[in-house]
Amino acid sequence: MDSIVNKFKRSTSTWGDHNMLVNFDVTKEFSLPSFDIPPCHNPIEFLKHNTDEKSNAECRIKFKHGTTTLAFKFQGGIIVSVDSRATTGSVIATQNIRKIIEINPYLLGTMAGGAADCTFWERELGRRCRLYELRNKERISVSAASKLLGNIVYSFKGMGLSMGTMVVGWDKIGPNIYYVDADGTRLKGDLFSVGSGSPFAYGVLDSAYDFDLSAHDAAELGRRAVYHAAHRDSASGGNIHVYHVKQSGWENLGFRDFDDLHWEYQDQPKPSIIGDVQPMMLNIQD
Amino acid sequence: MEFLLGMTGKDFTLTISDTAATRSIIVFKNDEDKSLELNKHVLMLYSGSPGDTLHFAEYIQRNVKLYEIKNGIELTPKATATFTRREMATSLRSRKPYNVNLLIAGYDVTTSLPHLYWIDHLGTNATMPYAAHGYGAFYTLGILDKYHRPDISLDEAKAIAKKCIEELKTRFFINLSGFKVKVSDKDGIREIEI
Repeated sequence: MDSIVNKFKRSTSTWGDHNMLVNFDVTKEFSLPSFDIPPCHNPIEFLKHNTDEKSNAECRIKFKHGTTTLAFKFQGGIIVSVDSRATTGSVIATQNIRKIIEINPYLLGTMAGGAADCTFWERELGRRCRLYELRNKERISVSAASKLLGNIVYSFKGMGLSMGTMVVGWDKIGPNIYYVDADGTRLKGDLFSVGSGSPFAYGVLDSAYDFDLSAHDAAELGRRAVYHAAHRDSASGGNIHVYHVKQSGWENLGFRDFDDLHWEYQDQPKPSIIGDVQPMMLNIQD
Repeated sequence: MEFLLGMTGKDFTLTISDTAATRSIIVFKNDEDKSLELNKHVLMLYSGSPGDTLHFAEYIQRNVKLYEIKNGIELTPKATATFTRREMATSLRSRKPYNVNLLIAGYDVTTSLPHLYWIDHLGTNATMPYAAHGYGAFYTLGILDKYHRPDISLDEAKAIAKKCIEELKTRFFINLSGFKVKVSDKDGIREIEI
């Protein structure tokens, strides 16, 4: 309670003071944003009760869920591919959300889980990465950047944050992918897929993945994997965005509409799964 | 679903941990190392709530390191286990307790004896000749009860470890992806193939 009282005390004392520079406190301005935590005995239990649909079906706050995102390393760097649908329960809120967040010219973050949580904290991550750059005169590593995000979300563990994100980029070591989620897990890896459509994407990706893929084929595989996920998962769809992360930074390879892709892929013969045998002509439409 | 196991031998401690990093029904990774070296001779294996595990393990690791830098002595396995248990017990009565189960395996260079400590998320600390965490314990403790002696050689320990892993592969319905086997003895900690 004291913290709330103090806050109001401070705001009245500085009321009407127009000289912003005098009151500019660096430590306060550049510190982690702080939030009002429910002023009750156990805020974590309180928030869990109101946000977790699993433990309480009638919780008051329901989050936007449903996504397919993926990222994988290959010979030419990293391919990141995502869909663009945002759902609220069974309603499609929008078909045009951008789930790849450009943190800086060398870092990308993907978005799964709560849209607001991901957007907000990955933007905050971008700010902190820029500060790191200014302080240390060199770019932050992907490992350090993902650890920053991991530590932030860990500090809010159990309070209802909902995010499953991949922090992707190129640093001194080379291409790097880190998976960071809301319960504080942080994993380094070569291939990840996150979201409700991820099992479908994993299926396509794992079966056709090869490290020596050309940049074109790798981008196509990423697009294809998300396409198949969007086809089967009702919470994924819209457009399919693809990014390529190279040593010189990321490159946006643009996006394709899911429906256009669907008819395009329908016209293509299904690939033969055994050796060099000619593709089976299954879906040829005259 | 995670699995940790440790056993002491004549002059070493052997540990096994599974390598699956999972979330709900998906295996994200199958080569995850679920252990952290606290110092040259002490290894900590962790399982439990994702996020909590590594956070707690790193916290302990850094505090052990800090103590060593401050005082210039390497902590014994017993000292690290006692310290870890206390941190766990303190956390248990806090607003957000850590949900982590641990095995601390090490070789005490001062007495030339191997040590194994079983610590759970409630702050229990038990000194054991062999111990396991997770469902895997049901399948493997019987094997250890039958074959383990305090004076087994490394080769015997490896044979027992192999039996345990084989049993898990045949009787446990969850695929644990793989296993990392490590040994701590007078020369330090190293990973071994079995």
